[in-house]
Amino acid sequence: MDAEEIHHILVQRFGDAIASATLDAATPFAVVAAHRLLDVASFLRHDHALAFDNLMCLSGVDYPKETPPRLEVVYHLFSHFHFQTFALKVHLPRENPSVASVESLWGVANWHEREAWDLFGIVFTGHSDLRRILLPDDWQGHPLRKDWQDPDYYNGMHVKPTAQMMDRVLQGERIGVGPFDFTPPNRDLEPS
Amino acid sequence: MTSPAAGWARDWDEDGLDTDEMVINMGPQHPATHGVLRLELRTDGEVVRGARPHIGYLHRCFEKHAENVDYPGVMPYADRMDYVASMGNTLGFALTVEQLMGIDPSPYVQTIRVLMAELQRIASHAVAVGTYTMDIGAFTPFLHLLRDREKILDLFEWTCGARLLYNYNWVGGVSHDLPDGFIRAARDFLREFDSVTFPELLDLIIHNKIFVKRLANVGVCAPELAISYDLTGPNLRGSGVPRDLRKDAPYSSYQQYDFDVAVGVGQYGPVGSCFDRNWVRVVEMRESSKIVHQALDRLEAMEKADVHETVPKRVKPPKGEVYGRSEAPRGQLGFYLVSDGGIMPYRLKVKSPCFTAMSAFHHLAKGMMIADVIALIGSLDIVLGEIDR
Amino acid sequence: MSGPGPVRGLLHDRFEDGLVVASADQLINWSRKNSIWFMTFGLACCAIEMMATGASRYDLDRFGIMPRGTPRQSDLMIVAGTVTLKMATRVKRLYEQMAEPKYVLSMGSCANNGGPYWRHGYHVLKGVDEVVPVDVYVPGCPPRPEALLYGLLKLQEKIQEDRVLRKRAHTVGSLAGATLDGAADAPRGTKA
Repeated sequence: MDAEEIHHILVQRFGDAIASATLDAATPFAVVAAHRLLDVASFLRHDHALAFDNLMCLSGVDYPKETPPRLEVVYHLFSHFHFQTFALKVHLPRENPSVASVESLWGVANWHEREAWDLFGIVFTGHSDLRRILLPDDWQGHPLRKDWQDPDYYNGMHVKPTAQMMDRVLQGERIGVGPFDFTPPNRDLEPS
Repeated sequence: MTSPAAGWARDWDEDGLDTDEMVINMGPQHPATHGVLRLELRTDGEVVRGARPHIGYLHRCFEKHAENVDYPGVMPYADRMDYVASMGNTLGFALTVEQLMGIDPSPYVQTIRVLMAELQRIASHAVAVGTYTMDIGAFTPFLHLLRDREKILDLFEWTCGARLLYNYNWVGGVSHDLPDGFIRAARDFLREFDSVTFPELLDLIIHNKIFVKRLANVGVCAPELAISYDLTGPNLRGSGVPRDLRKDAPYSSYQQYDFDVAVGVGQYGPVGSCFDRNWVRVVEMRESSKIVHQALDRLEAMEKADVHETVPKRVKPPKGEVYGRSEAPRGQLGFYLVSDGGIMPYRLKVKSPCFTAMSAFHHLAKGMMIADVIALIGSLDIVLGEIDR
Repeated sequence: MSGPGPVRGLLHDRFEDGLVVASADQLINWSRKNSIWFMTFGLACCAIEMMATGASRYDLDRFGIMPRGTPRQSDLMIVAGTVTLKMATRVKRLYEQMAEPKYVLSMGSCANNGGPYWRHGYHVLKGVDEVVPVDVYVPGCPPRPEALLYGLLKLQEKIQEDRVLRKRAHTVGSLAGATLDGAADAPRGTKA
């Protein structure tokens, strides 16, 4: 079954909960309205023709410059039975983003959602244990958002790189480029 | 307070003893947790009633770096995620970007990539099995396997200059061509591996009665649980599910190679035990050696091509997104890449196989003894650099 | 040492009639430097190189160097790998649990000053010498086993110059030169 057929089945069943779809991309996906995500995901999981029993990846992405600015949660699904993949996306507002947790469908979503909360601040309602997973428990902020600024200190330790290193780089010195004169093929790239 | 003598003369009333559960902390610095992992175990005596893994002690902000350096610059950071099997990480990232850009490397490059990936798989499984036996209590297999791994690292160092973190697979090609004499040296290594190392490994360790007794009934993971918690690679194949991305959705010319998929069959206990996962890794070493033989044959028959031929001058994928998967030694490594058309990725999310394996840990560790918890961690073969990124 | 001629070893020509003459400091330091037991503090990639240094090809045991799992029984802490902010408090606590005289070897560029993660790593400690005093820095990413061995030999030279009997306790080891009012946090070290 290819992406178009899956999308067709979804639209037939859920109507306008499927806001849009991009099916000719390298990894086709469908955008689902945030309040219907659990229904759509549950159907994809339990329906016999689709049987997406594996959640490959759950990612948060931050799009502050789009209109309207949004946070996305992307679910990459895989079916062991039928050997097919599909992706779902959910658009959330950047203030108070919140979507239902799919932990009851795929056990691995527990940790993926904790990570999305930790790094983006997305709240997953119905999650059994939503707390930070990678960063310390007393960390302030959500670092993978595009408007993240490094604080100067965390509990007395420097977080921003030390001024000594930064000044040298800002003056154009390429730190780490040693005595070897090896020019890679993309040599006309300016230093980033 | 009665005197102790009077206490011992009394009959003990078992039900009158007041016991409580104990919360024990293992790590983050611990010789057997394969890295900086903290386990909070709630135990009733020696039996674990609940386990809670705490990760994040090696969170090195890979995804933030990926948004701030250009694509070739992301490659060394990708190396350092799963630092035991670095070729697999860079191969996965290179394939993902190539998928988005529509680059098709030459058969020569693809064969070199397969060769390096499979040699790396043997080396990585050698570390996995070696450190695992060290955790169980046998120190010598660690020395034997690392001695043989050094020979593979010699080959890598000869090719690209580095022992552990190579930055070898580039977007569109590889960084260095194979030196002259490499094929002969690789065949020498394989000859010794096939005739001495591998049979020794099977005899002394895998079919060892102590090893079997220790592992055959421990940490059994049912296939449904494995799929629900997204275990992949040897962890999934150990539970009896024959899924291997190199066979199911081949990349980089893997479809031209003849090899079997190792699956746990539960020869000494239930399917999906620690022994089965280990068994899958050991058999995969032999299958990788087969693939390396075939790759060397292909290289001899092919004529040399320029390995930088399809490397783009400027890596600028078109606007779009892709989820690229590859079969790393620890499971299925996934890169979700969102590109906005610039020279730096917009978002790069890594699905690491060890992360998902660890998420099932609290389920698998219930009801086992503390010593078996060590066996379970080792059998999942986790590398904290990949879990925490 | 003896007069003109090549420099002799410590115990050369001192075995006449079974009589050995040396200063107590030299003997004590000689025995201490040849049995450095280190605490395995492998954090990341450098830990694999540390393991390889201890394995069969680049043997550490021939120098008397042995890994111990617990800080209570070790003389040296090899900080091998990236120290994150979450881990930094644990590094400090384990350092404090070691008994005097103790040394710290910072292995790899991540432990030296943050390594490749210095610029955008919001969770990376820019050098372990922010939390513990370091004696020897071994650069490399990861340093070759030979480089680590060289660093350990440099540490042995440093230990040989220690003065055990004539000075107070906390001038030995990595707190050498510290005063009682807490200036022990100042980083110092020999670059290997």
